[in-house]
Amino acid sequence: MAVTRGFTGRRRGEGEAQDRVPPGQFVTSDFPVLTAGPTPQTAVADWSLALQHGGKLLGKWSWDAFNALPQTEVSVDIHCVTKWSKLDTRWRGVTFDDLMGAAGIEKPPTKFVMAHCDGGYTTNLPVADLSSGKAMIATHYDGLPIPAAHGGPARLLVPHLYFWKSAKWVRRLSFQDSDRPGFWESLGYHIYGDPWREQRYDGDP
Amino acid sequence: MIEAGRRLEWLNARVIEVRVENFQVKTIVSEASGWTDHAAGQHVDIRLTAPDGYQAQRSYSIANAPGDGQRVGITVQRVDNGEVSPFLLDELRVGDTIELRGPIGGYFTWEPGDGGPLLLLAGGSGVVPLMCMLRARAKAGDLTPVTLLYSSRSDRHIIYREELDRLAAAGDGFTLVHTLTHERPERWIGETGLIDRPMLERHGPDRGANPQSFVCGPTPFVEAIANHLVALGYPGDRIKTERFGPSGDVK
Repeated sequence: MAVTRGFTGRRRGEGEAQDRVPPGQFVTSDFPVLTAGPTPQTAVADWSLALQHGGKLLGKWSWDAFNALPQTEVSVDIHCVTKWSKLDTRWRGVTFDDLMGAAGIEKPPTKFVMAHCDGGYTTNLPVADLSSGKAMIATHYDGLPIPAAHGGPARLLVPHLYFWKSAKWVRRLSFQDSDRPGFWESLGYHIYGDPWREQRYDGDP
Repeated sequence: MIEAGRRLEWLNARVIEVRVENFQVKTIVSEASGWTDHAAGQHVDIRLTAPDGYQAQRSYSIANAPGDGQRVGITVQRVDNGEVSPFLLDELRVGDTIELRGPIGGYFTWEPGDGGPLLLLAGGSGVVPLMCMLRARAKAGDLTPVTLLYSSRSDRHIIYREELDRLAAAGDGFTLVHTLTHERPERWIGETGLIDRPMLERHGPDRGANPQSFVCGPTPFVEAIANHLVALGYPGDRIKTERFGPSGDVK
């Protein structure tokens, strides 16, 4: 650690907000968008969500069927690997637990999941980080349908990991036997991505 | 790209040059002991530490061409009320020490030999990683046809203006097109207005040649242009984007 001459920084107020910001992050009130390619424009009439294992379909929901599943609202802090954090973001959607329940799955067939999205994006997640209320497939942000640029009609929300894990435009959750890397995880980013341990890049402890 | 499993360590970097690019932009070149080379389009994390241990980190695109030893250049635009960019622009001097970690990102990259034709679309300071690609291409003597369509608010907002003119004058297959969104100076021969589909049709490469597009700028700029490109029939998997939000400082 080297001190940079003259730098004092602009601290936020001491206290609770500070405790909610992981190392190396700063709080923004904007909602920046980071995506590797064009924004897919998927009409809800063409949308479906599939849950599968290998070639086996475990469940599939149309937009209407998906929205008929139990709805959960959360208010969470989110942390992007590009350094911004946003506090108290409100989301509504269907928890992974409720999705499993709707598919009649009592025990996950494997310990890992790959999320597949419109546009070809993928990201890998341990099942343990999706279940027990930790994650949802969100359809609403701050009371309104999620705009396409922010991942609508539906995106993953896994707020305790860096936000690239909260895949936009999610369409398919596929159980996999091992923790194979997804898109950014194959391009130098961390396989797991815990912001509190600052696991930004491949090789970070 | 980084090697699998090897940690990117923070490196001490000594500032060796501070260059004024325009009224709100400077390029800061530092020498980082232990820096391994980057690919054009990658970025670097910088970390500033106060005497009491307080730290701030930001990501910046790398501006200088690969193969530049241990030198790392970033081009910084002022973000009003920002925490880091005003310090970098107003306080940082040659001889000061900052910390760097990188290079980062293996997707929004182009290297000589990757081919093209290339269509580079820049909004404001989004030109930085694209300039790195142009510098890499020129340095390698690569002749890939490339067009840069660069949108700025006014001519005084243009970054790298003289160097871009020089590169375009080389006659090696690089075409430079500026557009100004908020003014039309006298004797202006470039485009004016936002980049729209007709402008892309006027200047973009033939879609049949399977062009590779790189789009970098503020979110609304990138959203609009990526959508235009898809609508014009550019292959979606050959459109790579990098966006920064209104909070700035980021990529």
